[in-house]
Amino acid sequence: MIRTSDIVDVIVGMVTALPQAPREVDAGTNIARDLGLDSLAVMNFVMQLEDRFDVSIPMDRLAGIQTIGDLAVAIADLKGR
Amino acid sequence: MTILDKFQPLQGAYDAVRAAGQDPFTVCFDAVLSPSEATLKGRRVILLGTNNYLGLTFDGECIESAVEALRQGGTGTTGSRIANGTYDDHAVLERRLAEFYGCRSAMLFSTGYQANLGILSTIAGRGDHILIDADSHASIYDGCRLGQAEVIRFRHNDPDDLARRLNRLKGAPGNRLIVVEGIYSMLGDTAPLAEIAAVKREWGAHLLVDEAHSLGVLGRNGRGLVEQAGVEADVDFIVGTFSKSLGAVGGFCVSDLPDFDVLRIACRPYMFTASLPPSVIASVTRALARIQEEPGLRARLTGNAERFYRGLRAEGFVLGPQAGPIVSIRMPSTEVAIAFWNALLEAGVYLNLALPPATPDNAPLLRSSVSAAHSEAQIGAALAAITAIGRELGVVAAPASRAEPLRPQGDGPRRASMAAAPIPVAPAAVAETTL
Repeated sequence: MIRTSDIVDVIVGMVTALPQAPREVDAGTNIARDLGLDSLAVMNFVMQLEDRFDVSIPMDRLAGIQTIGDLAVAIADLKGR
Repeated sequence: MTILDKFQPLQGAYDAVRAAGQDPFTVCFDAVLSPSEATLKGRRVILLGTNNYLGLTFDGECIESAVEALRQGGTGTTGSRIANGTYDDHAVLERRLAEFYGCRSAMLFSTGYQANLGILSTIAGRGDHILIDADSHASIYDGCRLGQAEVIRFRHNDPDDLARRLNRLKGAPGNRLIVVEGIYSMLGDTAPLAEIAAVKREWGAHLLVDEAHSLGVLGRNGRGLVEQAGVEADVDFIVGTFSKSLGAVGGFCVSDLPDFDVLRIACRPYMFTASLPPSVIASVTRALARIQEEPGLRARLTGNAERFYRGLRAEGFVLGPQAGPIVSIRMPSTEVAIAFWNALLEAGVYLNLALPPATPDNAPLLRSSVSAAHSEAQIGAALAAITAIGRELGVVAAPASRAEPLRPQGDGPRRASMAAAPIPVAPAAVAETTL
């Protein structure tokens, strides 16, 4: 069972590699606003995460996700199904 | 603070586009003269961005059929078929479509957009799973949003990625519906349908193919990519439009499933909108016959498309991966794309400006659609204008200064970088705007 905090660490690592990443990235970072990603870029970033964690995040779940922490919780939940 | 404040960033982006010249989203022609020509502020322009693939909008027989139906059946149906009833001509067109595809049933919709909205939101219900290509048209995304099914995107034209995602669903209850397009509207590439059909069979899923841009364009009999790829037996639903190769407006879905007609009392975008007027039904019925009687139309379209694509490629433009009726030129920046589009309109060529995030790979595009109705002279004039402006703006090098590596041959690296984008995206889809 993968822990949410481990997922957060992986996402933070991937986000930090983005060219436009802010200096401070943590579970509270807002994916669209703080990372300057449009809705399309968010969905494509999520696709990379899906491959990393071997999970599919349905599009309606994405609507409720704002922060890296939200995303990690969703992935942990889907992994635990 | 008003209810429209949320659109301020969009308004800002729109203002920036308009400040650079003409408004590309509200071009108003004085008159449309033919499938390939219009006048704009008193000057003739070549229409190279109107999806009029077979040039049937001015077909004499289609016009005569429409005029006769208009006189006999009136200007409109004034309501939906469940409320106001079906005109015999609606039923005839449905039968002709079903026969054309060799299916049991066909259902008409008032637009192609509504066909996707209606079918996707209805056939996949709560607990079902829809797997859509990431580059799907906005109507597919919107149809998914209107329904209750779980929606999963797979990487554009990647059957292995589709299979991985189906594998992740292993054990979950519910039906699986795979959705792909015959020809994708932004880059003009086709789906690897034989491979996708194999994945569908392996996983016991249903398959829907949107042939909006490929009906009448692909296949020996014009039945689209499904016919060309030889997978008709694997496809459960074909969705299409009357507003491209058939030269009118409206949409449809055909299926061989025995209970398909129950959708007429379940599908809200079918039930609660006015049905197509008699004149449109008449011209579409005639146009459907024309594409079967005249394979020469398809041959002319293919000839024009290949000439245009090869002409641009020879000049060094970065294009989509396949020659076809949709030819998109990749622009180095939004600023150059806007300047290029304006200069082309000034030079008498109208095509489409497609800006991120509505485009794959976040690249601005000049998107053109070739028609069977384009003359050799028009294709030549468009090629000359695009080349001259491309050189002036530094998008391509002039022949004297052009080094060999700048001329990609076959699957050259520059084209490949566009064709195989590392991160596939969804044109005109996710984003609520196309700006």
